[in-house]
Order: sequence, then structure tokens, then C-alpha cells
Amino acid sequence: MIRQINRVTAAIVVLLLALIINLSYIQVFKAGDLRGQAGNQRVTLTEYSRERGPILLASEAIAESTPTSDALKYLREYADGSTYAAITGFYSVVYGATGIESEANNILAGNDSRFFVDRLQQLFANREPKGGAIRLTIDPDAQVAAMKALNGRTGAVVAIDPTTGAILALASSPSFDPNLLSSHDAGDIQANYEELNADSDQPLLNRPLAMTLPPGSTFKLVTAAAALESGNYVADSELPGPKQINLPGTDVQLGNWNDKACGAGDVTTLQSALEISCNTAFAWLGMELGADAISEQAQKFGFESEFDVPMTAAISRFPADPNKPQTAMSAIGQFDVRATALQMAMVAAGIANDGVVMNPYLISQVLGPDLTVLQNTNPSAFGRAMSVENSKILRDMMVGVVNNGTATKAAISGINVGGKTGTAENAPGEPAHAWFVGLAPSDQSKVAVAVVLQNGGGATEVSGNSLAAPIAAAVMRAVLKQ
Amino acid sequence: MSETLNRYRVSTRRSAELALLVGAWLIGVFAWILVDSATGETSLGGWTSLLSAGVLLLVTHGVVRWQAPYADPLLLPSVAALNMLGLAMIHRLDIAAEQRAISNGSPMPTPDVYLQLTWMLVGLVAFMLVLSFVGDHRRLQRFTYTAGFAGIALLFLPLLPFIGSEVNGARLWINFLGFTFQPGELAKVALTIFFAGFLVTRRHSLALVHNKILGVGVPRAKDVGPLLLVWFAALLVLILERDLGTSLLLFGLFIVMLYVATGRRSWVLIGGSLLTVGGAVAYQAFGHVRVRFDVWLDPFADANGTGFQIVQSLYGFANGGIFGTGWGQGYPQLVPFAKTDFITSALGEELGLMGLIAILLLFAIVVERGARAAVATRDPFGNLLAIGLTTVIGLQTFIVIGGVTRLVPLTGLTTPFLSYGGSSLVANYIIIALLIRISNAARAPEVTDAELVLRPAGDEND
Repeated sequence: MIRQINRVTAAIVVLLLALIINLSYIQVFKAGDLRGQAGNQRVTLTEYSRERGPILLASEAIAESTPTSDALKYLREYADGSTYAAITGFYSVVYGATGIESEANNILAGNDSRFFVDRLQQLFANREPKGGAIRLTIDPDAQVAAMKALNGRTGAVVAIDPTTGAILALASSPSFDPNLLSSHDAGDIQANYEELNADSDQPLLNRPLAMTLPPGSTFKLVTAAAALESGNYVADSELPGPKQINLPGTDVQLGNWNDKACGAGDVTTLQSALEISCNTAFAWLGMELGADAISEQAQKFGFESEFDVPMTAAISRFPADPNKPQTAMSAIGQFDVRATALQMAMVAAGIANDGVVMNPYLISQVLGPDLTVLQNTNPSAFGRAMSVENSKILRDMMVGVVNNGTATKAAISGINVGGKTGTAENAPGEPAHAWFVGLAPSDQSKVAVAVVLQNGGGATEVSGNSLAAPIAAAVMRAVLKQ
Repeated sequence: MSETLNRYRVSTRRSAELALLVGAWLIGVFAWILVDSATGETSLGGWTSLLSAGVLLLVTHGVVRWQAPYADPLLLPSVAALNMLGLAMIHRLDIAAEQRAISNGSPMPTPDVYLQLTWMLVGLVAFMLVLSFVGDHRRLQRFTYTAGFAGIALLFLPLLPFIGSEVNGARLWINFLGFTFQPGELAKVALTIFFAGFLVTRRHSLALVHNKILGVGVPRAKDVGPLLLVWFAALLVLILERDLGTSLLLFGLFIVMLYVATGRRSWVLIGGSLLTVGGAVAYQAFGHVRVRFDVWLDPFADANGTGFQIVQSLYGFANGGIFGTGWGQGYPQLVPFAKTDFITSALGEELGLMGLIAILLLFAIVVERGARAAVATRDPFGNLLAIGLTTVIGLQTFIVIGGVTRLVPLTGLTTPFLSYGGSSLVANYIIIALLIRISNAARAPEVTDAELVLRPAGDEND
């Protein structure tokens, strides 16, 4: 009997050992897999148990975490949420995070390796772990002015500091209140999200970064830049500017928006063609320069490239291998040319910054939990788009557009504002998109701006001026503190 | 005079038991303090509870010193440590339930830890009574059939109308004077006594071998009867009460005791075959068995439905990792039944693999010490009873922890000494009392001539 007892004991000990081996497998080798499972709430709960760092403007916080008494220990709150929604994004238990909340999550949540020392200190000091903070490049005056000027109409505004690429305003309209999605009530969040998602105006869409539209006549800036850079044209170069031209190989007659010739004897200059937004002159110019030259110039401004601001912007496109009539249409920003508001602001910024295009960015500083600066963003150049001289010529031409041409509503008294309007045809029968791209002041670049109102107005250049230009003026005034 | 000298020669190790018991209590105290500091709990009710548990353990130690001076010094401290850890975790889960009620604005739940403490009191009183009234474990052999009837009655008591009640699909509770009790827990003690008493008298005939098949001795057909009866009873428990755990435990226990009593491995083979057949039939015939088995194979197939409990449990273990989140810093409340069947996953989350290994070592100590008593006691009934009781604790630990870690299908049993639940605690303390009684007999010095003269005649059976 003794031998049997010993065997049974050994068997039970083996069973207990099997438990330990199995537990080691689950808690050590399989733990990572299990933590990553979609339905595992613990990851979220752990994230919410730590004080998430704030998203800051120059001084005030636009997103911060406040302690609660429920299971998720901190609630994410957005001050003036709908003004900054396109930047902050939301931070939701149900739908995850978007915008800066998502892109800078490692810093805000305190998971970044740079916080290792902080974490150790917190551990030993028995302090609650806390995430780092993000400071943005956004100028609150410009952002508020942009949102106010958009006034709920579907559209986007981007303002950039041309010398650095720092984004001063990034506005998407209509907007939403991220607080609606960042509560701790899953049912509420779901209901709110479904309502926002079902809205035909798409408030959740980040228009300045994600929406690409035909840029219309604002693209003439790129064509003009290509003409100047070719070395064959100056501001006074004469171009044919008839009432309408035939697109070669087709029956299509391309006309001007005002149904008039662009100058006496059907002749105009590059300067004048830009001022009055002459379609026939730029279509002819496009065919003369060729698709490759325009495409190359567009790429120098950032077309065909991906920009992470840190949210990844949609890539702006110039059509590949267009035929002659397609090239003519592309040269005036129609056909298959597509650009984001960010891209068009970069075009203006490149012209403003003596021809150098800077990489756009939103995060100016990464801060530790105690708000000490861990990292300053160093502005970086994307590349040179045009020579210093040509950029000066094009800036002066743009000032002419505002002072003598189609963009009079962008003028700010006492400041030389340069700009270009655009009215991009949409699908037949639908209202066109109204654009404005501008810079100010023209002699010492402080701000470049792009405004687009989706399906904003009628078919004439007037709408770019009447609808989009005043918004740009309001934003530029806010930046220049005028 | 010679008696005194004789006693001095064998160390009683009572002081070791006392020191270890203080250590076990301190483990619980520190755990409780850590829980309170991590969760921000400030109520002073904890100290009253901890002090009463400490006083209770001290009194119990005194009774052991008085009634069983030669008892194994590790058994009581080991289970006390488990009991204290269980209390701390139940307290921790009470706090989680409170916080949840506050955030939901729902009425405050009654903490379970005070009830568990009351059951600890009842369990230790039962422990002391058993130790005091069962002066010699061999006397229990007289009650073999009484224990058998009592065991069967307790096992099927929940099936009676009015007092029996069904919880979560299993009918294994009874309501009595406002208390719910799981008589199956006590039944396993009674049935172990019955098995030991029955097998010790029948072991020689059960060990007889008439023919061999494939080199393995096969018992006589007429001797298979008792095994078949137990098998049938276990199946009834499974079918009528839907209690997989108890069913498996009782049948496994009987096979082990049959093997120990007869020394015939063929019984293990026959038992194993019957278990397989029973399992296969149950899988085919009963939905609840099929669900448990399928969930075991792939819990993630229905992670929000039938697999929810086990999946949540695995998430808990994974969150704990090697060192655990620390007391009060995990989310053990996310696992259903965290205070009862799934307390291991709660402990695994907050104490980690290291904590669980320590807990399993405590169980291993109980098993080893129980087995040591089984080996050392000088009567066959004592051998059988001790290894039976040890097997109950060891096997139940394996079935329930294996279940929540998905090593074996989940069957639903309490974790001895850790889980919330009165009947389980009381039954397990009775088991430890009996093991301590047997270990005392095993370790006590051989009686002197003088003592033999003093003892009343007829007290010994052999």
C-alpha cells in the first residue's frame, strides 16, 4: 500500500507541475498574443488608468484628461472641441483614436521609450504614471478665425508659416465635438458616432488633409511657375488669349469664364492672364510647356508625395501621360488634377518662401509629463520649387491678382496680399468648388493660406473671390494680428 | 517519569507551527494592506477582520497543541496561508464591486469578505470539533456505512424539492435557514471515509486476479460491482445535478483509492475506460457537457458567448504576466465568478506566475504532508483514509485550476481554501483536521508500557 501511496502522490505532484507549465505558457509565452486580442478590454483599461498627457497650443490645453470616479479612471476632455477636432481627433473607448490623439499616442499615453527614466522615477516615488504632452504649431486666432469664417459650410482651410512649414490653422467644416465620442458611455458613443457617420455633410471627414478636389484656376500658379522656370517666359511675355480655343484633335472649344477675349487683339501677357484667370492663355501655355514640365513643377511643390503632419495627408495628383487636350485642361487645374487644401497651401508657401517648400508639420514640441521640453521640431525643407527671382516675380503677379484682378476680396489694407482664385468644375450639373490660395505679406512671407468651399458656388471665378477669398483674408489678418 | 522522558525525545514541532501560522497570517495582512493602498480603500473594517482571523488561527493552534501535539506542523499553516490569500482577494473584488456600484450609481453591494470570514470561523470550529471528538481516526471505520449513506444523501440532497436550488444551471445548492450550502462538498468527506472503510475490508478479494489479458491481471467480474456503482452514482450527479466537477472528482477519488487498496493497476485501466465511456456518452447526450468540451477546444470561437468566461480568465492570466500587476492594480473583476471558480485567474492577474507558483507550492506542501501522514500511519484504514483525503484536495485543485487555465475542460469546482464559499471551506477544514489527526497518530511516539496499562481495553481494533 505504501508504494501505491507514493505513486499516487507523485501523480498528483505531476498534475500540479502540469498546471505550472501550462501557466508559464499562458503568462509568459502566450501573454503578448492574448493582450493583443481584439476583445481584450484590459489594454484599454490600462491606458485609461494612466493620466494621458494634454495636447497644448502655445499656452492653453485643447485636450486633457481629468480624473473620474468610474472604472476608466480618466476622462478625455476637449476645450472648444469642434474648433480643433480636425487636429486633435478623438480618443474613444469604442472607436479608438484619430488625429493627434492617435499619431502621438505613444507620447500622450507615456509608452514612448523616451519616458523610460520618468517611468522609473514614478515607480520609485510611487507616483501615478502620467503621459507626456504635445505642443502644436496651431495659432488659435487663425484657427478660430478660419472656423468662424467657414461658418458651417462644407470646406477646408489650411494656413502655413511659409518659412518653417508650421501649420497655423487646419480647419475642417462642418466639424464635430470630439467630447461626444470620448465619454465613457459606450452606448452614447456609439449613438453619437452613428449619427455623425450618417450625416451627409461628413463631419468626421478631415477635409484639409483627406479630401482631394480639382484645384481649378489656383493650379495656374503651378503652370505659371513652370513657365517662369522654363526660362522662356517672364511676367510680360505675350500669350494668345482668345475668347475660346479649340482643343487639338477634339471638337471641344475651351472658353474663358467671362466669355470674353483676354486682351486686345486676342493677346495677353502672363501677368495679365493670371490676374484675370485667362483659361485660353493658360491652356495654350500648358500645351506649349508640355505635360512633363508641369508635372515636374507640381511634384516640386509636393504633388505625388506623401506628407505626415503627422497625420498622413492624401496624395495630390497630376495626371500621368495626358494627351494634348488633357494637358490643356490640366494646366488650368481641371481634368484629373486633384489636390488637398494642404497641398495648395504648400504651393503658396513655396512661392512665399523664395521658392523653397518646407515640410508641413503640426507638432512643435514633445514635452515630458512635467512639461519639460524633450524635443523641438526642426523645420525641414521638402525642396526648392523655383528660383528666388522667379518666386519674387510670381509673388508680384499674385499681388496683381488681388489688387487688379479676380481676388479683390482678399485684400487687407496696408498689406501686400498675393493670391489666386479658383472655381473648379465638379461633375456636370453640380455646383463648383470655390478656391482661394494666397500669401501675405508678399515681401516678407508670414503666412500662406488655402481655402476651399466644396460645391461652394456658381460657375464663375467670381465665386472664388466672393466666397473663398474673404475667408482667407480673415485667417491672414488673424495671423498678422491685423 | 519514563513517559515524560519519552515525550521529550520526540519533538512536537508546535513552535514551528505557531511561527509559520503567524507568517501565514502576516501574508494575509500585507496582502490586505496592499489592496487597500492600491485601491484607495480607507475603511477600518479590515483591521477587525484581520485581527479576528488572527485570533481564530491562534485558538485553533491552541486546540491542535492540546488535542494533537504530534501533528504535522506544516498542514495548518499552509491552508491558513491559502485561506488568508483568498480573503484578501475576495476583499479586493468587493472593492471592485463597490467602485462599480459608485460609478453606476447603483446600490452598494454587500461585501462578501465578512461572510467568508464567518465561514472561516465555522470551518475552524468544525476543524476543532473534529480534532477534539475524533480522538483516534480508526474509530471512523465503525461508521463506514453510516458515512456512506450520509454521503449519498448529501450528494443528492439538492434534488429534493423546496430546499434544493439551481444556480447557473447546476443543481447543487440547498437553501437552509437563509443560508445556501453545497452539500456535495461535505459528501466528498463522508464518501472518502466510506470508500476507505469499505475498501480496507474488501481489498484482498478485490486484488484477486484470475486471468490475465495482454499481461495485465484482470479482476473477477463480480468484483467490478462496487466500481460500477460509483460510476453510476457519478453519472447521476452529472445528469441530475449537472455538476461535472463533483462527478469527476468522486469517480477519480474512488479509482485512486481502489488502486491504493488493491495495488492493481488494472483497476486504473478499467476506471479510465469507464470514465472515457461515461464522458463520450455524456458528450453525445447532454448539451451542457458538449458546450464545455467544445469551449475547451476553442474558447475563441465564441469569445463573447459560451467561451466568455474562459477567454476573460485567459486575458487575466496574460495581463498578470510573470510578476503580476500587484494587489489591487489589475482588473480581476472582469472575469465572471472571480470570487469562486475563477479566483485563480484573479490571483494570477495580480500576483503573476510567481504568485501562482507559490500558491501551487502551498498545495503541493499540503499534498506531500497528507501523503506523508498516509505513509506513516500504522493502520491500513488510516493509510487509505489519509491518501483519499489528500487526493480530494490535490485532484480538486487540479480539476479547477486546470479548468480555468484551459488545461482540461472547465467543470466548475471551488479552489480549496481560496474560493469564496462556505461549504467548501468547512469541508476542506474538516479534511485537514482528519489529516492532522492521522499525522498525529503517525508521529506520536510508540505508546509506553505504562500508557498501555492506562488505556481502556478494546480501544484498538487491530
